Amino acid sequence: MDPRQSLLEVLREQLGLISVKQGCAVGECGACTVLVDNVPIDACLYLAIWADGRSIRTVEGESQNDRLSGVQQAFVDEGAVQCGICTPGFVMAATAFVEKHKGRKVTRNQIRKGLAGNLCRCTGYDTIVTAVQKSLEDDT
Amino acid sequence: MLVKLHKGKGRFHHLVDIHDIAELNFITLTDDGDIVIGPLTCFTRVSESSLVLKHIPVLSEAIGTIGGPQVRNMATIGGNLCNGVPSADSATPLIALNAQLTITGPDGPRQMPLEEFFLGPGSVALEPHEILTEITVTRSNYAGYHGHFYKYAMRDAMDIATIGCSAVCRLKDAVLKDLRLAFGTAAPVPIRCNSTEKKARGRKVSQKLLDDISKTVVDDVSPRSSWRAAKEFRLQIIATLAQRVVKQAILNAGGTIH
Repeated sequence: MDPRQSLLEVLREQLGLISVKQGCAVGECGACTVLVDNVPIDACLYLAIWADGRSIRTVEGESQNDRLSGVQQAFVDEGAVQCGICTPGFVMAATAFVEKHKGRKVTRNQIRKGLAGNLCRCTGYDTIVTAVQKSLEDDT
Repeated sequence: MLVKLHKGKGRFHHLVDIHDIAELNFITLTDDGDIVIGPLTCFTRVSESSLVLKHIPVLSEAIGTIGGPQVRNMATIGGNLCNGVPSADSATPLIALNAQLTITGPDGPRQMPLEEFFLGPGSVALEPHEILTEITVTRSNYAGYHGHFYKYAMRDAMDIATIGCSAVCRLKDAVLKDLRLAFGTAAPVPIRCNSTEKKARGRKVSQKLLDDISKTVVDDVSPRSSWRAAKEFRLQIIATLAQRVVKQAILNAGGTIH
């Protein structure tokens, strides 16, 4: 592996995990959000070699036995998807947020802050926030 | 650094990756009560640290405004300081707390106040072969002090400060015993407002005091016009923020303003 390669490049081009989208490539849009040891990061700004020995989660692995994860199902139920390019990044950021805030009461504003690193140019934020709120409720 | 490389802006022959040096990723309280932060500690860890929240919450407030969660999970406090930009959000609370840096090179460690570390836009007092190894806030500089931070920007997240302001103060019997006021993006480097601080120290807490701080603070700063904001607009924000942020710091210290 070339030590200069970003995790985004390796995941997409070498491992074929194309849910990880390249948007801005400079850490502003969140389309390439993946979880490294369950912590959301922008894969475009994360060197692939840093992930050595760590667990990496992408949308591809979130559904188990053809069953969507709670967050994925909430996105479907709320129609929190428009054109879809930001969706995998949003799902991963939302998954980390839900896991971090399990059993805690959070406001819509806190959810917005928790997802502030992800942009949706269709501006479908409201349904996304509702989806996160629902998956938090389902988890408690 | 990776953003610079992506945009083809960096002129580097060789890069040494220090990302995984675990010895530089820590937050501790020394036996003397000093808080020492390792430069490779990411923003999320600093802002959620129980030590930081308990003793220097103003740093947590400031860091919570940086980027978004993904950025804060990766970006480090040392990277923010060594990048040397006037808008660095972690710089103003730390210079208001009189933070000291330990810089280490082949000849061993040396110390310097953070305020002297910033030389100009994008320029800091690191010699070749040196790296930042510790950021220290001594007990005498935070015990009994209360602070506040405010970042004025166009958006609530993922934005660079138009103006950032930190105030740290100590009160006794409604008298402002000490005030330390710092601004980001108000000069070529993050700065302290020395003459305003001097005039405010020892005065009784009052609305008149806040009004005076608002007036004199403009002489301590030298903002420039950029595409983000005009100089005149920045001066107005600085005068307003000085008053508001100092007021909140005083309230946090248990003071009342008449």
